[in-house]
Amino acid sequence: MPWDTQRAAAIIETHQHLDGAALPVLRALQQEFGYLPDEAVAQVAQALNLSRAEVHGVVTFYHDFRREPVGRTALKICRAEACQAMGADDLAALARQHLGIDWHGTTRDGEVTLEPMFCLGLCSVAPAAQVGERLIARADWPKLEEALHKCRR
Amino acid sequence: MPSMTRIYVPADSAALALDADALSAAIVAEAGRLGTPVEIVRNGSHGMHWLEPLVEVQTATGRVGYGPVTVADVPGLFAAGWIEGGSHALRIGDPLQHPFMARQTRWTFVRCGIIDPLSWDDFVAQGGGQGLARARALGATATIAAVTASGLRGRGGAGFPAGIKWRTVQETAGELKYVVCNADEGDSGTFADRMLMEGDPLALLEGMVICGLSVGARKGFIYIRSEYPRAIEVLEHALVIARAQGLLADCDIELRVGAGSYVCGEETALLESLEGKRGQVRAKPPLPAHKGLFGRPTVVNNVLTLATVPEVLVRGAEAYAALGYGRSRGTLPFQLAGNIRFGGLFEAPFGMDLGELVDQIGGGTATGRPVRAVQTGGPLGAYFPRELFDTVLDYEAFAARDGLLGHGGIVVFDDTVDMARQARFAMEFCAAESCGKCTPCRVGSVRGMEVIDKILKGHEVAANLALLEDLCNTLKLGSLCALGGFVPYPVMSAVRHFPQDFQRQ
Repeated sequence: MPWDTQRAAAIIETHQHLDGAALPVLRALQQEFGYLPDEAVAQVAQALNLSRAEVHGVVTFYHDFRREPVGRTALKICRAEACQAMGADDLAALARQHLGIDWHGTTRDGEVTLEPMFCLGLCSVAPAAQVGERLIARADWPKLEEALHKCRR
Repeated sequence: MPSMTRIYVPADSAALALDADALSAAIVAEAGRLGTPVEIVRNGSHGMHWLEPLVEVQTATGRVGYGPVTVADVPGLFAAGWIEGGSHALRIGDPLQHPFMARQTRWTFVRCGIIDPLSWDDFVAQGGGQGLARARALGATATIAAVTASGLRGRGGAGFPAGIKWRTVQETAGELKYVVCNADEGDSGTFADRMLMEGDPLALLEGMVICGLSVGARKGFIYIRSEYPRAIEVLEHALVIARAQGLLADCDIELRVGAGSYVCGEETALLESLEGKRGQVRAKPPLPAHKGLFGRPTVVNNVLTLATVPEVLVRGAEAYAALGYGRSRGTLPFQLAGNIRFGGLFEAPFGMDLGELVDQIGGGTATGRPVRAVQTGGPLGAYFPRELFDTVLDYEAFAARDGLLGHGGIVVFDDTVDMARQARFAMEFCAAESCGKCTPCRVGSVRGMEVIDKILKGHEVAANLALLEDLCNTLKLGSLCALGGFVPYPVMSAVRHFPQDFQRQ
């Protein structure tokens, strides 16, 4: 969804009463718009009585926050040690090769963005991945491909 | 008309990631087709993850488990008469009698897997709420004394005595105080917090309320990582239930979701993040117990620490303190992860040795190859070779061997692992997650990657290993928190215990 100042103001208003509201506000905005453009930083700074530098600092600190639009579905593959022990590096290499993108890249059709992540807490059923909302244990490329296919439909 | 049969299909993330939702739907559909009335309960996981999804049927003689069950198995299970506990290749009998469960000593996870995590009645029927009643009867000071006497130490990894922390906050004057639950379980190989929050979330809330009453805090926060969507969902529901039942009358609790930062698991970075700032580590002192969240006296405890307190009060501090080894009292929920045959959660008193846990309980590797290395304590913990498998599972025994027991995560690697690459990854992870406050961590981790890259290319190996050790000492001594301070453990343990992997041509 393109940036909408009024919609954003409504979202900010539902969270801004919270103590230390910046993270909940930014999370909610990203949930709605998919990413946090410059307008978001300015508007949040204004609403929370913070400087734009402070809000920019928060947005750029956390891996979850994105400054650019991303693909319709996020494919996240765990890169942490327990998953490495079960072949996560090879799985990630296969995913990059099949999708033709590197980490943080988005496929040309705008469908899939590939994100590294560190730990889904599925370390006993590794390697772990997440396609959209769906968690995948003992992941291999066919499982990921099937899950991505379901998201396209 | 046949009576309704209760079937448990776990909704723990591990089960969901192995298609438990589709399985649940398939069971309902097949039951409907056969005209067999069933009621599905979505419980947590018992922790036998190699058997997930582990489905249990409530029979006249108790619960009978079947696992791992796939959608394709469902018609066969009905045909085998599983509604009456009929025999089938996947039948494991009463899950609690399974050797993996029977060998455990459960305190923290006493209800996990057994109850419907979002049923107040189940929670109460299985002893929930009794810890809080006990705390009210004892009063604040005696409750804290009991927590201290139990020997319970912070389960997040640092192992600081919980009772002493609580007493410090209780004795610090302040109109406003906070209880903060650290649910930012970011260590690879750990999932106990997640399982507890998904399988018995009300126990955590009860523990937080006990803490609040004891130290004089009327407000609590749970800071949970965004990578745990299921746990977030369960906790949101649990908070609604707890509020409706009056559990939160004296100390309300708010759930806050992180935004993907490992260092926010460090308590002062977590507090900064809760305040809406960058998750940068604070210098200590002041301790959070004196000046914590928004500058107020604050208890910051891990999920497991808080969730264990009710059970300690119910069964008695002496009974908990009677378990364990050395200064590590009670039980630790160990997490068996990575390349392991029987992965899952195993709660046991401190005092077993590492080899027992990996070989006997974990059954060695999943790939069937020899175990070469084990990393305990997350990405900042040391890699141990088989020669150190006699190390006792105790905070001090691990520290004495330059290791880290941490949050109890055990990650197993087989003999295909390249330890120089693991050392490089430790530096890469530190570089990606450094908050940037301390130069040795921010810059040193990047330099560490570069030095290891040179070693990997066989470039002046001896000189670069010396440089790496020097760099690690700088990181160890010159960092405020455990991220920069402990990353030398995985790196140097790899160098020390697996030197052949670094001798590149």
